[in-house]
Amino acid sequence: MSAVMISRKVTRKWEKLPGKNTFCCDGRVMMARQKGVFYLTLFLIIGTCSLFFAFECPYLAVHLSPAIPVFAVLLFVFVMAMLLRTSFSDPGVLPRALPEEANFIEMEIEAANGNVLAGQRPPPRIKNVQINNQIVKLKYCYTCKIFRPPRASHCSICDNCVDRFDHHCPWVGNCVGKRNYRYFYLFTLSLSLLTIYIFAFDIVHVVLRSVDSGFVLVCFFTLWSVVGLTGFHTYLISLNQTTNEDIKGSWSGKNRVQNPYSHKNIFKNCCEVLCGPAYPSVLDRRGVMLEDSSSPAPSDASAASTNKGSNPVSQTTKSSAPLIPNEHTPDEAKPGIGAGTQKSASSPKDEKPPSPTSPNAVAPGVIKESTH
Amino acid sequence: MATEFHNLQELRHSASLATKVFIQRDYSDSTICKFQTKFPAELDSRIERSLFEVTMKTLNCYYAEAEKIGGQSYLEGCLACATAYIIFLCMETRYEKILKKISMYIQEQNEKVYAPRGLLLTDPIERGMRVIEISIFEDSGSTSSSSSGSSPTSSTAQ
Repeated sequence: MSAVMISRKVTRKWEKLPGKNTFCCDGRVMMARQKGVFYLTLFLIIGTCSLFFAFECPYLAVHLSPAIPVFAVLLFVFVMAMLLRTSFSDPGVLPRALPEEANFIEMEIEAANGNVLAGQRPPPRIKNVQINNQIVKLKYCYTCKIFRPPRASHCSICDNCVDRFDHHCPWVGNCVGKRNYRYFYLFTLSLSLLTIYIFAFDIVHVVLRSVDSGFVLVCFFTLWSVVGLTGFHTYLISLNQTTNEDIKGSWSGKNRVQNPYSHKNIFKNCCEVLCGPAYPSVLDRRGVMLEDSSSPAPSDASAASTNKGSNPVSQTTKSSAPLIPNEHTPDEAKPGIGAGTQKSASSPKDEKPPSPTSPNAVAPGVIKESTH
Repeated sequence: MATEFHNLQELRHSASLATKVFIQRDYSDSTICKFQTKFPAELDSRIERSLFEVTMKTLNCYYAEAEKIGGQSYLEGCLACATAYIIFLCMETRYEKILKKISMYIQEQNEKVYAPRGLLLTDPIERGMRVIEISIFEDSGSTSSSSSGSSPTSSTAQ
C-alpha cells in the first residue's frame, strides 16, 4: 500500500488567488473577467487584415512590389504579439497582505492614531513619504489591507491593486500597469502604423484600379482613434505620467505640485518606461499550493467567491477589532499619519469613479458587492 | 555548514513562532525596490545591529542592480522588442537572474546568521516585494524570549 502513489491533482496558486481575474492554460494566461470587447478587437484586426491580404495584396504585389504584403505581414504579426502580451500578462498585481502583515499594519496605524473616542470616526489611513522633495500620500487599501505603493491603484473591475496603474482597458481585456504598459504602447503604436499602412495602400489601390472601396472609410475612422490614443500615450510617457494620474490631475501643477517621478528630460522618461528592466510577476501563479498552514490564501479562497470583505462599511468597523496582543509597540509609525480631509476612510473604492471604463463593466461588480 | 543546516530545520519544526516583524519599503528614491535599513526594536536583543544592516544593504544593492536603467537593460529591451518579445519566452531576464541570486543570498544568510539566533528571513518576492518578513522564534524548551537559546550548539560562522 505504501508503494502505491495515489495521484492527486496538484492545486496551483492561481486557483486560490483572490480578485476577479480569469486564468487560462493552467495559470499562464491572466485576464479580466469581461473579455467580450477583447474578442471584438481581435475580430476587427484580423478581419481587416484578412480583407487587405485577400483583396488588395495580390494586385499590389504584382503591380508594385512583393515587399508590400511581406512588410504588412511582419507588422501584423508584431501587432498581434503585442496585443496578446498585453492581454495575457500580469499587469503588476500586488498580492494581498497575509493576516500577520495586515495585523502588523493595523497595529502601526492604531499606534499612530492614538486613542480614538467611541463614536468618533477614525482618521483616514494615509502615510506620507517624501519622494524627490515632494510629499506623496500613500493610501490604505481596505480590500488588499496594504498601504499602496506610490503610483499603485486598486482596479475595481479586477479587484486587485496594480503597481503603476495606468487604466483598465476593455479593448485588451486586462489592466494596463507596470509590467505590460510598454507592450500596450507598442501595440497602439504598431496598430497605428498598420492602419496607416493599410489606409495608404487602400488609396493607392483605389486610385490605380478606380475601384470603389468603402474599406477606406473604415480605415479612416479607425486611424484617427488609434493614432490619437498613441499620441496621448506618447505624451504621457514623455512626462512619465500614468493615465490615472492624468485624469485625476495629480501633477497638474496647482499648489506647486510637480511630478516627482519625472526625470525632467523627455529622452530619459521614454527610456525608463520603454527600455527599463522587465519586471517579474510577484504573483507566482503557477506555484504549487502547500497543504499546510503556510499556504498563502486558503482562508481568502473560501471568501473568494462570496464576500471578500470589500464592503466599505464592514472595513471601517474592522479597524477597531481586537488585534494580536504584542507587548512590543512598534515604533515604526511613520510621521504624518493623522487627520486629514481625505475621504479615503469612508470610500476605499474611490478609484471607481475616475477609472475610464464603460459603465456596464462597473455596474455588475457594484451590484455584486452590495449584496454581501 | 551541516550544523547550521540542522539548526535551520530545527527552527522550522521544533521552535514556536513568537512574532513577526515586517521591514517596509523605502520610497525615498522613487518607486525602485528598496527596503528600510532602520533596525526594528523587536530584534534588539536577538541580533547585532551591524549584521542586520549588512543584510539590508546587500539586499538593497542587489535590487538596485536589478532595476538599473543602463546599457544592459537597453540592450535587453531593444533585442526583445526586435523579436516581438518572443525571446522572453525562452530566455530568463536580467531581473529574474538577480532575483535568483537574492534568493540564494537570503538562504545563505538564514543558515549562517539568522537561524542560529532564532530568526528567519522570508524572501520579499513571496510577499509581493512589499515587505521583508522576519519571523522571531522562541525555543519551545526555553522560558525567556530574550535569549536566543534556540540553538544549543551555536555555531560561530559569521
